[in-house]
Amino acid sequence: MKMYQKLLMSVLFSTALVGCSTLSGEDSSGNMGTGVQGTDTTEGVSTTGIGSGDVFTGSPLDDPASPLSKKVIYFAFDSSEIAPEYEAVLAAHGAYLASKPNTSIILEGHADERGTREYNIALSERRANGVKNILLLQGVGENQLEVVGYGEEKPVALGHDDQSWQLNRRVELVYPAN
Amino acid sequence: MKTLIKFIFLSSLFTCFSTWAALKIEITQGVSSAQPIAIVPFVMGAGVGSPGVDVAQVISDDLTRSGRFKVLARQDLLNRPVLASQVNFRNWRALGQDHLVIGRIIPGLKGALSVQFQLFDVYKGEQLSGFSLPAKGTNLRGVAHRISDLIYEKLTGQRGDFSSRLAYVTSTPKSAGQHQYQIQVADADGYGAKTIVTSSEPLMSPAWSPHGDKLSYVSFEGTRSAIYTQTLTTGAREKLKSFKGINGAPAWSPDGTQLALTLSKDGSADIYIYNVITRSFRRLTKSYAIDTEPDWSPDGRSLLFTSDRGGKPQIYQISVNGGRAARLTFEGAYNARGRYAPDGNSISMVHRVKGRYRIAVLNLKNGFTQVLTDGHLDESPTFSPNGSMILYSTKDGLKSILAAVSSDGKVRQKLRLLSGEVREPVWSPFK
Repeated sequence: MKMYQKLLMSVLFSTALVGCSTLSGEDSSGNMGTGVQGTDTTEGVSTTGIGSGDVFTGSPLDDPASPLSKKVIYFAFDSSEIAPEYEAVLAAHGAYLASKPNTSIILEGHADERGTREYNIALSERRANGVKNILLLQGVGENQLEVVGYGEEKPVALGHDDQSWQLNRRVELVYPAN
Repeated sequence: MKTLIKFIFLSSLFTCFSTWAALKIEITQGVSSAQPIAIVPFVMGAGVGSPGVDVAQVISDDLTRSGRFKVLARQDLLNRPVLASQVNFRNWRALGQDHLVIGRIIPGLKGALSVQFQLFDVYKGEQLSGFSLPAKGTNLRGVAHRISDLIYEKLTGQRGDFSSRLAYVTSTPKSAGQHQYQIQVADADGYGAKTIVTSSEPLMSPAWSPHGDKLSYVSFEGTRSAIYTQTLTTGAREKLKSFKGINGAPAWSPDGTQLALTLSKDGSADIYIYNVITRSFRRLTKSYAIDTEPDWSPDGRSLLFTSDRGGKPQIYQISVNGGRAARLTFEGAYNARGRYAPDGNSISMVHRVKGRYRIAVLNLKNGFTQVLTDGHLDESPTFSPNGSMILYSTKDGLKSILAAVSSDGKVRQKLRLLSGEVREPVWSPFK
C-alpha cells in the first residue's frame, strides 16, 4: 500500500513537472499553443497535439503533490493527540495561511460513533482545537480559524467497525470554495 | 431449557405489530408474573358510526407493552358483555382472569362522543373503577391511552404513562454523503408521529420542558451549533443566544425557570445555567477537562454531568450553586450521560463493558451498577415518566433503532422506524 502510494506520488510529481514545461506554450493572448492542444496543417503534413493530460494548473491546495492537498488529520480512539506524521502537513497549511491573512478556514472536528453524542461533540472540538493551536504557532491569525465540533453526527464511513471508526475520527481543514 | 421455552412462549404471546405507526413496536420479552386481564371490545352505540379506532385494542396494546399484564386473546373471549348486568364473573374466573374491562362508545354532548368503561375484580365480583370520558373522533386514541392510565394506576398503584409522548431524532440518507435530519414527536405507542423540524445539517439532543409543551434541541443549521426552543402547538421557535464553540446538551430545570447547557466559549466544554426569566448565563463548572451532558435532579437542587477530569469520562454530581463536584461512577472506564430516574434514587447511563457500550442503572442508595442491555452501541437512555421503563437507541444490523427495557431488566421491546434511522429518544413528562 505504502509502496503504491509512493509510486503514485512520484508519477503525479513528474506529471506536474512535465506540465510546467508545457505551460510555456501559452501565448500572449492567453490561448494555449499547439504544444498543448490543436492541429496544424502545412504542406500536406498534419500534426496533432495530444494535450498534456494531467497538467496541474489549479491552486496548490488541490495539487496532489503538495502537502497542502492533505486536509484531513486522523486520530486514535478517544484521543485528541496529533500524530507526528501530520507535522509536515500542518506546517504547510500553517505557512500557506500565514502568507494569506485574508483566507480563513473552518476546522471541523469529528468523532467515531462510540460513546455518547454530546461528549463526542466536546471530544471532536478538542481535536479541532489541537489543530488550531498548531496552526496558530505557525503564525496563522486567530481570526483565520473557526472551530466546529460535529461529534459523531457527520460520519464519512457508515460501518460499525474499526475501519469506519478510524476514518471518522478526524479533523477536516475546510477552505472556502472558489 | 424450561426458561428458554417460557421465553419463546412469552415472546410469541407478546409479539404485536402496530402497522399504522411510524414506529413499529415489537415486544421481545415479557414477564411470567404479568396479571391476566380480559378486555372486551367496546360496543358502538346507535348514531356513533365507525370511529376508526379500536379503543379496546389500544388499551390491550398499552397494557401488554408495560409487561405487567397478560391480555386475554380476543378469540378466547367466551362472551362480550356490554353492561355490568351482563357480566357473569364465574365465566371469567374459569378463564383464569383476574380483571375484566368492558366499555361502550355512545353519543355525547354537542356531537362529541362519550367513552364509558368499567373495570372489575373478577374474584371479588365488584367494580374497581368506572369513568365516562368525552371524546372527539380525532382524539379517541388519546382517550384510550387515558383509560389505560386509569386501569394501570388502579391495578399497580403506580401512575400510568401511556398518555405521554416520545421525541426522537431521525436521519435519512439523501444524495451522496448528505442526510436529512428531523426531530419527531409521537405518542408513547409510536402512533401519530409528527415532524417538528427538518434540516440538512445535524439536529441533536432534544429535551422536553417540564410541562411537555416545548422541546429544546441543538441545530447545526448555518454550520454553527445553536440551541433552539420550540413550542409544539404553534411550531414557533426561539434561538438561544449562541456563542463561539459548543452550544449543546440543553436540559430544563424541573420548575422550568432554568436551562442547563454546555458552552465552550471560555475554553473547554463547561456546564452553564441559563436563567429564562433574567435571560442571563451563569457558569457552573470550571475545568480544563470536558464537562457536558447536564441533567437536573428531580428536586432541582443538583445536576449530573459527564467529565473526563479524571482522565476518562465519568459521571459527577454538583450542587446547583456550584462548588465541588462529587464523582458518582467508579465501575468501568467509561460512564457517560447520566439521567436521573423520576424518583431520584438511581441514574441511567451509558456504560462501557469490554469495549461495548451498554445501558446501565446506578443505584444511588447502595452504589450498585446493573447493566440492563446487551448491545454493542447502546446509547441515550431515557426513563418513562413513572420510571418503569427505559427507552434507548441501539443498533439493529447497520441501522439505528430504539429499544425499551423495564428498569428491572425483565421486559424488552424494539421500536423500528419504517424508514431511516431513529435515535436519541426522550420521553416526555406526564401529560
